[in-house]
Amino acid sequence: MSARDGADIWIIGISMTRFGRYPSKTAFDLGAEAALAALDDAGVSMSDMDILAAGAVNQARQYPAQRIQKLMGQTGIPAFNVLNACATGATAVRLAHMAIKAGEASMGLAVGCEQMGKMGLLGPAAQAGKTNEFVPSGANGAVMATEGILGTGLMPGVFAEAGMRYAKENSGVGPGQFAKIAEKNHQHSTLNPLAQYQKAYSFEEILNAEMIAYPNTKLMCCPTGDGAAAVVLVSGERLRTMPREVQRRAVKISASVLTSDPYVSDGLVQPDINTLTRNAARQAYETAGVAPSDLDLVELHDCFATAELVHYDNLELCEPGGAGDFIDRGAPWRDGELPVNVSGGLLSKGHPLGATGVANLFEVATHLRGEAGDRQVEGAKVGLTHVIGMASACAVHILEKSAL
Amino acid sequence: MTLAANQVPIVNYLDISSDTPALVGTVCEQCDASYFGQRIACSRCGGRKFRQQKVADAGYVGSFTVIHRGPVTIPTPYVSAVVVLDDGAAVKANVVGCPPDPEHVSLGMRVRLTTWVAGTDDNGTEAIAFGYTPITEEARA
Repeated sequence: MSARDGADIWIIGISMTRFGRYPSKTAFDLGAEAALAALDDAGVSMSDMDILAAGAVNQARQYPAQRIQKLMGQTGIPAFNVLNACATGATAVRLAHMAIKAGEASMGLAVGCEQMGKMGLLGPAAQAGKTNEFVPSGANGAVMATEGILGTGLMPGVFAEAGMRYAKENSGVGPGQFAKIAEKNHQHSTLNPLAQYQKAYSFEEILNAEMIAYPNTKLMCCPTGDGAAAVVLVSGERLRTMPREVQRRAVKISASVLTSDPYVSDGLVQPDINTLTRNAARQAYETAGVAPSDLDLVELHDCFATAELVHYDNLELCEPGGAGDFIDRGAPWRDGELPVNVSGGLLSKGHPLGATGVANLFEVATHLRGEAGDRQVEGAKVGLTHVIGMASACAVHILEKSAL
Repeated sequence: MTLAANQVPIVNYLDISSDTPALVGTVCEQCDASYFGQRIACSRCGGRKFRQQKVADAGYVGSFTVIHRGPVTIPTPYVSAVVVLDDGAAVKANVVGCPPDPEHVSLGMRVRLTTWVAGTDDNGTEAIAFGYTPITEEARA
């Protein structure tokens, strides 16, 4: 580490549970399991932590941070519960990062966890009720539920429309490109023992699967699931006092960026997943002094195949307008120019909402440490993670391998 | 269509009080940002004064999806679209009046505002919803 690195913040411990179904465990059991594994990975204990930030989406009002403390270590430190939709876990990381950067903490723990059960693709929104009397309510004076009547605002439709808009504005994008992305991520997941599903599907199987929201078929939509991931962050100054092996395995956070929606003219009509992602990526590249061409792997938010495609462009992984060609030429495959979602992505690794924004850091950090086993991207030195939660929040982190 | 005593618009930005239904935008007096529904302040410039202004009734399909799995109370499939109106405003709505599939709905397709009865409550009051229907060659001629 150089003297300059004293101001940097590092990952020294990181872990995730396998994503899947855990009907007999709570989100907090899963969160505590991941947190203990992250502490063990770093060779530290709860008593070393100056701050805890934790989140879950469906369990937000059960206060994950304190619940996790009570399962594994009540040391009285400040505990922050965060909620930022699918960016919840990454927001916890960002918060711990800020506390260390501000000098209020030298070591911190961030946890994302979730229990979704088998709630189905649409969750509670699938059960829209009947209205007995039409009385205007809300800013729009709606007299009845408008979902499905005045268009859709549910996630499958929102992300399908984002992909179709890209197809409208750029050439060479259609159902085939989206299916190729799903084919890649399902194939990648066969090498990841922590993925919820580890099964490959052919291009034809994906294209001909049950249609959910055109152009996304069922195999182009992420599953629901349970799981957790946790990370221990430390200041560069504190890291210098730690054992050499901890320093060797440490992963540098070269950029930690969180953005929300800036005003765009149609952003209140349908969520705009592009602008805040572009803004986060630009800030992250600038902060890290890293160009997209420097990246060795990317974990991005492929909640639907259409989402992954637009984010190739938003994250500047391809030429402007060139996302269709990027997947057509095989660039984001594990053995391609720039591997994307080697973990299997949300499409197959799974998407327990609160955990996702920490799990993507786990994947990239594990490759940078050279510990990714069969799916290792050889020689990986720099990686990027991206997550987006509707409302919206976008987090981008750039990670770099330790120089030791 | 004239507003019958037993009809209400599904949302307050649909004006069905005349023979020509229209969507009414809430436009910022300071920066002209256009919204639908009541506003407290402009999220673009912070302005707090607004005027009500009818938006164009025709435009093109800027994006769409065909929903096959939705709330159990809504028959599927149906087409949800973001329609870009001729005055630049964007609106989210269903595309109706044609089969709900990608063979009959296409990106860039011209559409026009239409209304229909979306439901009837226990008092017999009808909720009038809006959507967009393809502009056929004959209709344009």
